[in-house]
Amino acid sequence: MSYSVNNNGFYGDFGGAFIPEMLHHNVEELKNCYLDIIESDEFITEYKALLKDYVGRPTPLYFAKNLSKKYQSNIFLKREDLNHTGAHKVNNTVGQILLAKKMGKTRIIAETGAGQHGVATATVCALMNLPCIVYMGKIDIQRQAPNVARMKMLGAEVRPATSGSKTLKDATNEAIRDWIANPEDTYYLIGSVVGPHPYPDLVARFQSIISEEMKTQLQKQTGKNYPNKIIACVGGGSNAAGAFYHFLENEEVELIAVEADGKGVHSGQSAATTELGTSGIIHGSKTLMMQNSEGQITEPYSISAGLDYPGIGPLHAHLFKSGRGTFMGATDQEALDAAFELTQLEGIIPALESAHALAALNKLTLKKDECVVVNLSGRGDKDMETYMTHLSC
Amino acid sequence: MNRIKETFQNKKDILNIYLTAGYPQLNDAVEIVQELAKQGVDMVEVGMPFSDPLADGPVIQKSSEIAIANGITVQQIFEQVQEIRKTVKDLPIFLMGYYNQLIQYGIADFLATAEKVGVDGLIIPDLPLATYQNEHKKLFEAHHIKMSFLITPQTNEQRISEIAQESSGFLYVVSSYAITGGKSSIEESQLAYFKKIEALQLDVPKLIGFGISDSETFNTACKYAEGAIIGSAFIKALTNEGDLKTKIDKFVQKIK
Repeated sequence: MSYSVNNNGFYGDFGGAFIPEMLHHNVEELKNCYLDIIESDEFITEYKALLKDYVGRPTPLYFAKNLSKKYQSNIFLKREDLNHTGAHKVNNTVGQILLAKKMGKTRIIAETGAGQHGVATATVCALMNLPCIVYMGKIDIQRQAPNVARMKMLGAEVRPATSGSKTLKDATNEAIRDWIANPEDTYYLIGSVVGPHPYPDLVARFQSIISEEMKTQLQKQTGKNYPNKIIACVGGGSNAAGAFYHFLENEEVELIAVEADGKGVHSGQSAATTELGTSGIIHGSKTLMMQNSEGQITEPYSISAGLDYPGIGPLHAHLFKSGRGTFMGATDQEALDAAFELTQLEGIIPALESAHALAALNKLTLKKDECVVVNLSGRGDKDMETYMTHLSC
Repeated sequence: MNRIKETFQNKKDILNIYLTAGYPQLNDAVEIVQELAKQGVDMVEVGMPFSDPLADGPVIQKSSEIAIANGITVQQIFEQVQEIRKTVKDLPIFLMGYYNQLIQYGIADFLATAEKVGVDGLIIPDLPLATYQNEHKKLFEAHHIKMSFLITPQTNEQRISEIAQESSGFLYVVSSYAITGGKSSIEESQLAYFKKIEALQLDVPKLIGFGISDSETFNTACKYAEGAIIGSAFIKALTNEGDLKTKIDKFVQKIK
């Protein structure tokens, strides 16, 4: 079985570009040029230079000794939290901003939920001196004040999405509408492996640096060519796509995706898409998504704003349906516990999103001689308010 | 009986009005369409409210949110069309919605029910042309449900002719780079675009939509196409104070 996107933009049954005609030209333009540009030597050189000197890559593959001792295994952390701006998101925004420039686009728009992708986009726009408009749900703007301030300081305009549930999915709708109204000069910089083809493939390729480095680092540090397990959290699924990418075809590697169960899968407050979702179309892509019998998209919940998306990228829907991926969930509480555990054992405060991946360690049966990599997608600075509340309880 | 064909054969300057099913009240679509027909409107487009309507502007999206909160379902929309058809016999009725709604209802069931209750055609902006051709066209034809696809100022000529060929209802000419309800006047660049489309002499009736809001924009659109579609402006009119009938009559009389 193949886990790469096919010529029509599908991963198995999932993907494609289900978009109104108003977006056809924009998406077609991107589809027709993205591979030629991002596979050119000139692009690769510029991209790799920025990742090294600006983002701070390669990020370490850190052997977590104390965590390994606790779980009686060999646990490595891929330290995406050490990237500039504090998460893996910047791998993608650096790539897409270079692509936008090569395409001659002069105005950048993006959607953001927690604000991490918005900050990463505003950052590269500042670097490249391009105007940046970030759509963010009105409710998220209230919940994520520090990231709103960062975006503004970086020169971005933050536009509130006031429609629907006023969160990430509505911010995405607004960004798409902006693109419809400004098709000539505007580049839509999507933050996850979602949306119409070619976005899921484009974003996965830019995030694939995570598993590319992982492979060489693991070989150098342990002599092994591949880990036994890779664990990553999945909202839309960009950090997981990047962490899995170079091991998708190697069935010896178990790919473990952790979704946010929220207050419990069946509590009515959850973002566990593979548990609760069905096949449908969201933001131009056919994938698994949370919806009612009428096809109305339902609002997910998670303590972690980055996992609070009612769908998963089409690659992940394919990994789930084909059985190639192992999908599990972690509740708010399990994630919080895992975050405190990592902090106390290793002195690393993880993002709440990444804490969901860490929570899986407690649920898996790990072997002593196994090599397990957890993708630590981001750092926890942005989540201190939530952690403080938990600490005082 | 092919209501769409007869309408385009017998009438000029066709006024197609869009309404959101379930708005302002759950069952209002019945009275609204009956009254529009009485007022001489030539065609209607009944919107099936969707939570994430990418092609619609704020006015229609807001009406959809209210309609969903009112509890509107696809099944109820079919029942309302059936009710409308008891008195409104000749008016072509289109349903406008999103592909996901059809998928969840079941496409075969959707088309069979649509035919049964008296729907003439569909407008599904996010259903790709190729998916329609490869997976659904035969079933649409078997149920005599016509399709209307959209073209925009960015659609190239080759694609326009392909889309026109598959548009068995009418060709939906999107007037500008915008979502519905975006602009209120027609600019020079749009006229040039309308003229370009007119010059193609397509073998399919054309209706211009998006940005048509009053008699002036309607009349301009009618110079270049068989008629035009008004959506957001009508929804806005329904939002005003007053009883439905008066609001509808006043709105249509100002246009026609």
